Amino acid sequence: MKVHVNMDICLLHGQCVIAAPEIFSFDDSGDLHWVEVIDDSQVADAEAASDACPEQAIILG
Amino acid sequence: MAGPRITVVGASLAGLRTAEALKAALPQAQLTLIGDEPHAPYNRPPLSKDVMESFAGGDADETEAFGKLLLRSKLTPEDVSIRLGVAATGFENAGVRLADGSLVRSDWVIAATGIRPRRLPLPGNEDIRHVLRRFDDARALAPMLQPGKRLAVIGAGFIGCEIAATARKLGLHVTIVEPGPQPMMRALGPRVAAAMAALHRRHGVTLLTGRMVEAFQPGRVILDNGKEIEADVIVEALGSLPNTEWLAGSGADLSDGVLVDDTMRAIGAPNLLAVGDIARFANPLFDDVPRRVEHWCIPGFTAKRAAQTIAALEAGDTPEPGFSPLPSFWSDQYGMRVQAFGAPALAETQTVVEGDLSQIGEAPVIVEYARDGALTGVIGLGAPPALIAKHRARLMAALTPKETA
Ligand SMILES: Cc1cc2nc3c(=O)[nH]c(=O)nc-3n(C[C@H](O)[C@H](O)[C@H](O)COP(=O)(O)OP(=O)(O)OC[C@H]3O[C@@H](n4cnc5c(N)ncnc54)[C@H](O)[C@@H]3O)c2cc1C
Ligand code: SF4
Repeated sequence: MKVHVNMDICLLHGQCVIAAPEIFSFDDSGDLHWVEVIDDSQVADAEAASDACPEQAIILG
Repeated sequence: MAGPRITVVGASLAGLRTAEALKAALPQAQLTLIGDEPHAPYNRPPLSKDVMESFAGGDADETEAFGKLLLRSKLTPEDVSIRLGVAATGFENAGVRLADGSLVRSDWVIAATGIRPRRLPLPGNEDIRHVLRRFDDARALAPMLQPGKRLAVIGAGFIGCEIAATARKLGLHVTIVEPGPQPMMRALGPRVAAAMAALHRRHGVTLLTGRMVEAFQPGRVILDNGKEIEADVIVEALGSLPNTEWLAGSGADLSDGVLVDDTMRAIGAPNLLAVGDIARFANPLFDDVPRRVEHWCIPGFTAKRAAQTIAALEAGDTPEPGFSPLPSFWSDQYGMRVQAFGAPALAETQTVVEGDLSQIGEAPVIVEYARDGALTGVIGLGAPPALIAKHRARLMAALTPKETA
């Protein structure tokens, strides 16, 4: 599965980092990073992150 | 074999997330989602923030703006039968009665009907008085927010304060009237609330605390000290009332929302569950007092829990005990994010652990909240997410579910 964050609408709530720390993270300067391709074992975490994002910025596909 | 008939009432965040969780947990369930608004489920927080701003500025196409609010869902029309624009009016043994007289037969009913704004029981100025809960409210209010107009906001909770901040940005003159001593006092505690008051004043808001509205006169709000505020538009943001009237006679405790146990089942009505803003439940992370929690994160947590409960009971199992989600909320005012985790409202003491409250809005501030010497919450004010995440982790480590008798 592919993970993408639409940075035009992401407001850096960080809910994704909490829901799925293995996929989403902040670097030292506060920018959001994510794993772009995940395996099946991480899909549930990615979906939880997507549901937790108040801006619906996370696109899975 | 046909699965159970499950009716979810309230087609917003909590109702939609519950239908999704039920579909995942019980694929054979026959799901119906009922909502009184004509719109498909949408996201409310932007209504007082960017959506209000772009609507008022006239630079938003309404259909496009609503499209951005729509909650994305994987549910298909085959998964759930959705009935919009019709209210539930009664809860009966056989199912849910609707405003058009029809009965939706149900084995399980989930109440996800949320809350509505409380209104001042005073006559006058009806043509310029607004509330903000629904998309249609935002659509009615936005065109009134024109530069140079005078806005009176009654109630300095989060929604009132966000509208005030948005209106200042749009160039209105803004007065807030708040009966309590500080804005957002219950949620933030006195010190942070005082700092937020300073932030609003610094941005040009006239903030009148400790004052009640006594009457309305044409184009004017009369306060209890006789002071008169001239207003072109008035927003009532005085808190909320749970939408539970349709549950009268169900046996559930409706004294403030729907009282549920730790499986989201209503106490006194075994086939009824409640989720989202109307669910009143105890959170053992803090104590055993049931409370309603009006935060965006709660629908997600309670929806999953309710679906687990029904799936377990349908399988003849007992739902796993224990439900202790970590609450969080945010608010955006003057470009500053207030981000909270835990239950700051329950704390007796507040300690600034990073930054300085006099610098609010200019430099990050982190405040810890404690009761009986134990952390209950943490709030970041304009703090970078990574810094807040660190403090959230500290809070998580400090909070462990309390044993309840
Ligand atoms: C302007 C605004 C800004 C917000 N900002 C934030 C924020 O920044 N951060 C945050 O954490 N939270 C925020 N919230 C709170 C958050 O939006 C709510 O917690 C969330 O919407 C609760 O979802 P819910 O589904 O439980 O209730 P609701 O979203 O209220 O949905 C209930 C639905 O049920 C419908 N309904 C009611 N009665 C009936 C009936 N009898 N029959 C059928 N349908 C019925 C209602 O019309 C509504 O569509 C904000 C809310 C508002 C209004
Ligand atoms: S939760 Fe959503 S808005 Fe927040 S950082 Fe993650 S992607 Fe961005």
